Amino acid sequence: MAETALPSHIALLGNPNCGKTALFNLLTGSRQKVANYAGVTVERKEGVLLTSSGRRVKVLDLPGAYSLNAHSNDEAVTRDVVTGRSREALPDLLVCVTDATNLRLHLRLVLEARQLGLPMVVALNKMDRARKLGIAVDTDRLAQELGVPVVRTVSLHAHGANELLAQLDKPLAARTASTWKAPGIDAVRHTQHEVHRIFNAAVKEPAVDTDPSDRIDRVIMHPVWGLFILGIVLFVTFISVFSIGAWLTGFIEDAFAQVGALVESRMDEGLLRGLVVEGIIGGVGGVLVFLPQILILFLFILALEDSGYLPRAAFLLDKPMSKAGLSGRSFIPLLSSFACAIPGIMATRTISDWRTRLATILIAPLMACSARIPVYTLLIAALFPHDALKATLLMIGLYALGIVAAMGVARVITVHSGSRHAPLLMELPSYQWPDPRSLVIGLWERAMIFVRRVGTIILALTIIMWALYTIPSPRQHANDGTPIARSLAGELGHALQLVFAPIGFNEHIAIALVPGMAAREVVVSSLGLVYAMEGSEDEVGAKLQERIATEWPLGTKLSLLLWMVFAPQCLSTFIIVRRETNSWRHMAVMGAYLFGLAYLASLVTYQLTALFTA
Amino acid sequence: MRLDLLPGQCWATVTDVVVPTGESDRYLVLRLVELGFVPGERVRIVAEGIGTREPLAVRVGHSTFALRKHEASFILVEPHA
Repeated sequence: MAETALPSHIALLGNPNCGKTALFNLLTGSRQKVANYAGVTVERKEGVLLTSSGRRVKVLDLPGAYSLNAHSNDEAVTRDVVTGRSREALPDLLVCVTDATNLRLHLRLVLEARQLGLPMVVALNKMDRARKLGIAVDTDRLAQELGVPVVRTVSLHAHGANELLAQLDKPLAARTASTWKAPGIDAVRHTQHEVHRIFNAAVKEPAVDTDPSDRIDRVIMHPVWGLFILGIVLFVTFISVFSIGAWLTGFIEDAFAQVGALVESRMDEGLLRGLVVEGIIGGVGGVLVFLPQILILFLFILALEDSGYLPRAAFLLDKPMSKAGLSGRSFIPLLSSFACAIPGIMATRTISDWRTRLATILIAPLMACSARIPVYTLLIAALFPHDALKATLLMIGLYALGIVAAMGVARVITVHSGSRHAPLLMELPSYQWPDPRSLVIGLWERAMIFVRRVGTIILALTIIMWALYTIPSPRQHANDGTPIARSLAGELGHALQLVFAPIGFNEHIAIALVPGMAAREVVVSSLGLVYAMEGSEDEVGAKLQERIATEWPLGTKLSLLLWMVFAPQCLSTFIIVRRETNSWRHMAVMGAYLFGLAYLASLVTYQLTALFTA
Repeated sequence: MRLDLLPGQCWATVTDVVVPTGESDRYLVLRLVELGFVPGERVRIVAEGIGTREPLAVRVGHSTFALRKHEASFILVEPHA
């Protein structure tokens, strides 16, 4: 490469928790693309930035790594990219992002990366925080010791990357041959000596520890108070999901009802109008109403994670979770699964131990995701229409049942795959205020996962469902029965009765469960359709509840509730499990055990209730 | 003294890191050294689980790491008076 070349393709390298992703978000804003690296389920984030002179530069945000001696898939990807072993092009320039408040830890990776021979810049991130803590970094001395340019960045400020952006307009140093090879313990010790020397030469720390994290930790991580606080945090989170979420859901319902009414008034009556109004607008609207609840839960999760609290919650829960064969690291993925199992399962990538990760993936669908809430609400209201206390307790009970069952299943899975020591080695980063820009981008990414699903699988399902309900069966029945009983769906439901009768499901439920097997979001709307009702979602809900309350025996209501806790009713979850485990077998095992549990639980409930109420 | 036996909230200095013979433990110790558990570094257990004391939250430099007793047992420390 010519001496005067300017960088056009850079990569950000840094330890986890160095604020690298916040810096990437500041540099690229909305100009970023998230995908996976070829052949592995490791997130690949790339974006475009504009330098001080306005040049466009491609930026790759490498997965966080403590070392190029890879311990996890993430670290292996990072190592392969910077050593040129992957299909990715070698970057022109490596930006080593370090946390200025914790250079003792972060400088080691810089020294290791220096051996790669790539042109390099060191970014001292979180400089504002370092100043606040009284840590003084002599950047000139540091640059001299490291032999590479050093810039200061603050990822929380709009202009916090200016020094880095100016540096990117300077000509690149020459690339030299890489001398890097995976170091042994002695080599790492040697590097640590060097880190010590450079640190003492360039960094002045206050004599007393000014980081408030220690004092906060005495309370937050106290074995008794800590768990108490965690309980309150989770309680506030879920109360917000239910109250604020339900409030926002109302707006979406109204909007879709109005759009439906508008289209209905503009179109001629006929099959097409039915498809658009009942099938597409009703179907998609009925599912998009879950978006606020999902986003509120993720807002809490992202903010708590960014602030440093969630890793500590994972620490507190490590002991109880290890009794079920899991680890504290399973906590964040499982918490995410209460919004939706798909991002939850993707979040298991941070679990380095494969056995723990697999167990976490397989039990994630047992966490009551937001799509179950409407069915729970409908049935509980039919069971206890006038008793809010009993209704709330039953709702909590259903959530708890999912968690307890999940712990039992995890125990069985991990016992059967043999026991061996799984290290924890989890960093508990310093407390900090969450970065609003990263929160917005993180929420956007998760919303898109859901919206994409609505636009594909769920849209297709609602159209197929509508068709099945509308097209009459080729077999000629007598003229009795509702139109639905004479439709293709009616035929299907009739056949499924053989399977579902022992657990107390009538024909209507059997029909509604056909599309519900692929996405449980549509269960309530298809039940509504089956009962051949029209009107807005709210009205359907109210009339359905009445009919369920009066027409279904107690056993059927309870049986369907339990079915919803366990049944594998989400095609997207299957697809993601197949992708993340790279195995059809694991996917099949998950489907089989969930179906078995659901059928067994419903069967026992229905038969026992029938016995006692007879 | 092994780090997993150090009383809570008590400062100590790392004196040595035991290099085990087993392949997976060697890898584990390599990572501990990379994370800054090297002789001369000050450490302190800032939090621990009830009963068996697992897991341990260990402060080293400006970082805190959650370790199991197994990992901590490779780190030898000298408690401060």
